[in-house]
Amino acid sequence: MTGPTTLFEKVWNEHVVREDAGAPAVLYVDLHLVHEVTSPQAFDGLRARGLRVRRPERTVATMDHSTPTLPRSLAVVDAQAEAQLAKLKANCAEFGVSLYDLDSADQGIVHVIGPELGLTQPGRTIVCGDSHTSTHGAFGALAFGIGTSEVEHVLATQCLLQGKAKTLEVRVDGRLSPGVGAKDIILALIAKIGTGGATGHVIEYCGTAIEALGMEERMTVCNMSIEAGARAGMIAPDEVTFEWLEGRRFAPKGDAWTAAVERWRTLRTDPGAKFDASVKLDASALAPMITYGTNPGMGIPVTGRVPTLESVDAGSDRAALAKALDYMGLAPGAAIAGQKVDVVFIGSCTNSRMGDLRAAAGLLRGRKVASGVRVLVVPGSKAIKRQAEAEGLDSVFKAAGAEWREAGCSMCIAMNGDQLSPGQYAVSTSNRNFEGRQGRGGRTLLASPLTAAAAAVAGKVVDPRTLMGGVS
Amino acid sequence: MKREAREAFTTLTSTFVVLPADNVDTDQIIPARFLKVTDKVGLGANVFADWRLGPDGTPNPDFPLNRPDAAGARILVAGANFGCGSSREHAPWALVGWGLRAIIAPSFADIFKQNAMKNGLLPVAVDAAAHARLLEARRADPRASVTVDLPAQTVTLGGKPLAGFAIDPFAKECLVHGVDELGYLLDRAADIDRYEAKHA
Repeated sequence: MTGPTTLFEKVWNEHVVREDAGAPAVLYVDLHLVHEVTSPQAFDGLRARGLRVRRPERTVATMDHSTPTLPRSLAVVDAQAEAQLAKLKANCAEFGVSLYDLDSADQGIVHVIGPELGLTQPGRTIVCGDSHTSTHGAFGALAFGIGTSEVEHVLATQCLLQGKAKTLEVRVDGRLSPGVGAKDIILALIAKIGTGGATGHVIEYCGTAIEALGMEERMTVCNMSIEAGARAGMIAPDEVTFEWLEGRRFAPKGDAWTAAVERWRTLRTDPGAKFDASVKLDASALAPMITYGTNPGMGIPVTGRVPTLESVDAGSDRAALAKALDYMGLAPGAAIAGQKVDVVFIGSCTNSRMGDLRAAAGLLRGRKVASGVRVLVVPGSKAIKRQAEAEGLDSVFKAAGAEWREAGCSMCIAMNGDQLSPGQYAVSTSNRNFEGRQGRGGRTLLASPLTAAAAAVAGKVVDPRTLMGGVS
Repeated sequence: MKREAREAFTTLTSTFVVLPADNVDTDQIIPARFLKVTDKVGLGANVFADWRLGPDGTPNPDFPLNRPDAAGARILVAGANFGCGSSREHAPWALVGWGLRAIIAPSFADIFKQNAMKNGLLPVAVDAAAHARLLEARRADPRASVTVDLPAQTVTLGGKPLAGFAIDPFAKECLVHGVDELGYLLDRAADIDRYEAKHA
């Protein structure tokens, strides 16, 4: 009926319940993920109107943002967080929603456990009151963050009112060099197009460098789509996707699996389909990336220098750079390598999966964390924690002098007591370097797990490639 | 059906506060440590907490919202990409809690814009020239007043037309009539039933 369509349009079209002139589309939501921070007011809204959750079986909740990452016997950070967790538990019980709470063996960061349990599947529409819902787009799902009013809408109707986004093709061709990974691709992209560069668009990542990534790495890329302002990020599902999903708890089984894979194979942008905009990136030219400023677009190669004020447009760009560098305590034009580091955080929905932990442990094995540096390693889920321990990674981290924590968002959002002190510098594998994001006055440099581990050993920012190949 | 009434937005005339920085993120609007609440009230006290208040809670006299001439302003003039970052609806709750009803900026982050409109906080995107004139007018006279006319989709400065602005017609309808979107969705129950039956 129509011409060639993009992956986004295929998933979108499949989920439009109704579209009337003068109103946004009514879009069906296949999977609604819920956590403690952005849901209590939505459940209150349902109660106030006497509504139920329309499809509890399509709604899954966990606790992650304000949860402790020290052993569970220890208290939650404060009474308010305790009350928030209790409220989620009560709401889920009252409305019949499955909850993976702190006592569950499957608890973890919402964007880690969705895929892990096989809830995240190609072609699904997935929403959550959390901007990093874009993570799930790595499977060819249309996944995006929503506010609490919309959480209430989805709870009540399993639908959202949505204007159709524009499309942005991000083509990444070429081979990544050793020591350069998914986090470096996405930081380089955001540095190129800016934090508002993809506003109003759904990104589709494609090209040989994207196809060569494993699922965990694809999740890292899609996770930070929102940091470029994108509504969502998507990658067409392929054999890598199917292999990763097969056998997971909520993935289809038997004949249903075969049928699903056949359907999922059609989820690709047709040849000749038009994107509203396109950007290209050469993977072979990328170096490990790190941020120097107070938004994720302020990134440079780890071998690079902090920009000088003269290098950016006079006016608001220059003012923003001056303000950012003042907050960060960094000199314009200075090499970023050599910058001292107080804390290293390895975790978050961006980089807390097995591949991330293996990369960090590989660099830390047989080495020690530099004196005076605090290192937190926070697995993304309890399942990842168990797997890492089965592989002995916890011993590697502890022997190096790092803290091995329980699963949760932890210092990415600093709601649970894990936080920086004013003025401290952290190399962090998380997704946001906004002022105060990891604790008031804290200074965050975003980087890959490898670059973070290298900083832990050196006590300063260093090119991780100089430490690769094990201990000499 | 079950519709929730809220304060309608038609025209608003007010003095304005200027926060010129681009890319003001939701962590600045309301830092994460204030997200442990389970209701929407009281967040206004913590809006821009880390910029507005010192570590000991003393107001920073230089912060635009703290200056005496900010009192009573119901409009914020901000920089580009305002509200980038997280999906926290606590950001508009905090801005509304402080007393704001409209934000005029060159551009807005998507989720923030959606969240704002659902809380009667009108995002008004204007071009660079109109934005510059607002900043200029405020410098010349801190009591300069601006009118945002939502039905006409115009901004007037000192009685003279300044700019038009675009808004999704459906969101406009909800704002002008003070109704929320959930009522509309609930009214689509039959369509949703049909969709579910077809896709079961």
